[in-house]
Amino acid sequence: MSSIFNYIERKSVIHELTGATKLLVLILWSFAAMTTFDTRFLAVLPILAIILFSLSKIKFKDVSFLLWFTFIFMVLNNLLIYLFSPEHGVSIYGTRTLLFKGLGRWTITAEQLFYQLNVVLKYLATIPVVILFVSTTDPSEFASSLNRIGISYKVAYSVSLALRYIPDIQREFKDIMISQQARGLEMASKKQNLIKRLKNAAAMLFPLIISSMDRIETIANAMELRGFGKRKKRTWYSSRPFKASDYLALFLAIALLIISLSLNFVNQGRYFNPFV
Amino acid sequence: MNKKSPITVFVAVGIGAALFFVLGRFVAIPSPVPNTNISLQYGLLAFMAALFGPLAGALIAFIGHALIDFSYGWGVWWSWVIASAVAGLIMGFGCKKINLEKNFGKKEIGIFNVVQVVAHLVAWGVVAPVLDILIYAEPANKVFTQGLVGGIANIVTTAIVGTLLAIAFSAAKPKAGSLKKEA
Repeated sequence: MSSIFNYIERKSVIHELTGATKLLVLILWSFAAMTTFDTRFLAVLPILAIILFSLSKIKFKDVSFLLWFTFIFMVLNNLLIYLFSPEHGVSIYGTRTLLFKGLGRWTITAEQLFYQLNVVLKYLATIPVVILFVSTTDPSEFASSLNRIGISYKVAYSVSLALRYIPDIQREFKDIMISQQARGLEMASKKQNLIKRLKNAAAMLFPLIISSMDRIETIANAMELRGFGKRKKRTWYSSRPFKASDYLALFLAIALLIISLSLNFVNQGRYFNPFV
Repeated sequence: MNKKSPITVFVAVGIGAALFFVLGRFVAIPSPVPNTNISLQYGLLAFMAALFGPLAGALIAFIGHALIDFSYGWGVWWSWVIASAVAGLIMGFGCKKINLEKNFGKKEIGIFNVVQVVAHLVAWGVVAPVLDILIYAEPANKVFTQGLVGGIANIVTTAIVGTLLAIAFSAAKPKAGSLKKEA
């Protein structure tokens, strides 16, 4: 399981926080970063994230491959934004400072560069925290954290079941794929047209679906026999009590969100505008 | 949809989300456009939503999609995760009349596909782009083009994979009255 979600076990302050705290901090932090386009605030968040990283004893090389994904995604998205709307920044900030004439409609303006800097900062502000959450939260604690923050335990248990059965289903799908390929069914071959490939995919999925339906029935019967869903509440083996550090982390995250929201009033809108 | 016990629905959500995750994360069918893959998971989603209802459809898509984003580490794109959940929800509601375990004939195939087309158009043509604009202030023409391209790809995938799965599943279930007393 850790191989899919990159959980890295270390002894650190961040690891010792409960899963519920980390989940709440992640949500509050994401909201704080999502609501505002204040460049100064967005520039502070990545610095805070780097501090959190050093506290967590997760090293750069532990997560570098995840950062590569992010980096490529960020470059592509920025390129697309520019291609589709080279003067989006102009319409946001209301002024137009031409730097280069460029090609046709693809001009380069200070406003566009500033807007795209904000987009990049948004990535840098949110993604490290997600990576930090994934690498410091034990997946088996994740479900109990969901329940802790107020989500119905039945839904939390669904998440727990999903995490539990992903490796099994992955293995089963691989077995099915190999045996179907031995019968001449190919899914990823470039020689066939798309429709044919999709049809083959359905044929490969079918055995997996049938066995999954059996699985659902078996698990549901077993849970029903043990009285799952009878009571309004349940307890979790992996849940831990809140400590002082949990309250401190939550307090800081709430403070971040309040700062972010109040910036909307300071800037009279979502954007920090240096052009007027 | 056939009436299911609530426990079965929550277990189906768990297993469905796991299937959604595995298909979305590890199964790559190259598409004609370079570097983009076909998302098989939406064919599965339509099938599961038709079988287990709207709540299961929405939760399978939400949990499965969020887990995929978590595991890639490119941040969780809540706008697209929510759009997925909306697609699952609409599929579940639209297919309420269909009982896959009983009968999946021409009429049901028609309903199933109209519903999935509507679901994908609402999810990728409206919900995802509007949330992208609200949250990330991205240019409108960019997000609507992205949404539409993704939506059409998902419609084709669901039309083929989802329909074939539903037909095969329904054919594999023994029908009521299929046993005859020997003379």
